[in-house]
Amino acid sequence: MHIMEGYLPVAHAAGWFAVSAPFVVAGARKLRRIVTERPQVKMTLAAAAAFTFVLSALKMPSVTGSCSHPTGTGLGAVVFGPLVMAVLGSIVLLFQALLLAHGGLTTLGANVFSMAIAGPWVSWAVWRLAAKIGVPSAVGVFLAATLGDLATYATTSVQLALAYPDPASGILGATLKFGGIYAITQIPLAIAEGLLTVVVMNALSGRAGKPDEISSLSGEIK
Amino acid sequence: MMAARRSFWLIAAVVAIVAAPLVLPGLQGEFRGSDDLGTDAIVAANPGYQPWFQPLWKPPSDEIESLLFALQAALGAGFLGYVIGRRHSSRRDDVADR
Repeated sequence: MHIMEGYLPVAHAAGWFAVSAPFVVAGARKLRRIVTERPQVKMTLAAAAAFTFVLSALKMPSVTGSCSHPTGTGLGAVVFGPLVMAVLGSIVLLFQALLLAHGGLTTLGANVFSMAIAGPWVSWAVWRLAAKIGVPSAVGVFLAATLGDLATYATTSVQLALAYPDPASGILGATLKFGGIYAITQIPLAIAEGLLTVVVMNALSGRAGKPDEISSLSGEIK
Repeated sequence: MMAARRSFWLIAAVVAIVAAPLVLPGLQGEFRGSDDLGTDAIVAANPGYQPWFQPLWKPPSDEIESLLFALQAALGAGFLGYVIGRRHSSRRDDVADR
């Protein structure tokens, strides 16, 4: 999902910064509020950041014969809401842009939007929906993390298609083309991320299967 | 303990999903990064495209790059393990807030 340095036209790069910035600012405020109101969740927040840190470093093989990495943003989005992940994900992406030449500073706005905003919001929405219709918590977490991961890669495909529409088939055709590279590769990896998120969520809470598993992590009870 | 057993099987499934492409017969590919393939697709559709900005710093070799990626994963996994272990040992108090 990393768009490499200098590979988005200037107007697109600037546009994605403008779109992403408000989310990151709002996320920073939310983060500060959470830490003030529920200081006991600091460790869980840091663990959510660490999870993203690990998963986005792991490039795994996929059945398409190429490699890609999960995002790890679903866990934090389910526990703390999507805004917080805008900040935590941005930190990871900045680290990779500066130290690994992976992603980039000019494409940071676009990459933040796909990995730290679009993915987490989808995760959070799926989680809420799953909880509402009474799906078991573990299944909800799995679906949230899996679909959020996929959403990130679908977003990257759309971002590239908007910047580089196909001369014949336009934006839609280009979305399918980039989707073939990013989103299809990602399907098995997204499933793996979903399963792993369930395991780590259980391990962090120690309350697997209990109805208050997530709220015990987010500090909203006790 | 049911949760522990479930975690075991979930992790086994993750390993199977990740290992499958490497061992399944008939699957072909060079296992290049999708990010690089995406970049290639941009260049293929726009011949002669030159990125207009270069990374400020690049790892000088693939070894250094993999060192930094490993470091990233190790730091994250190390910290996660620390939090999980700490909570596990304090579970008798049944609190998730440490």
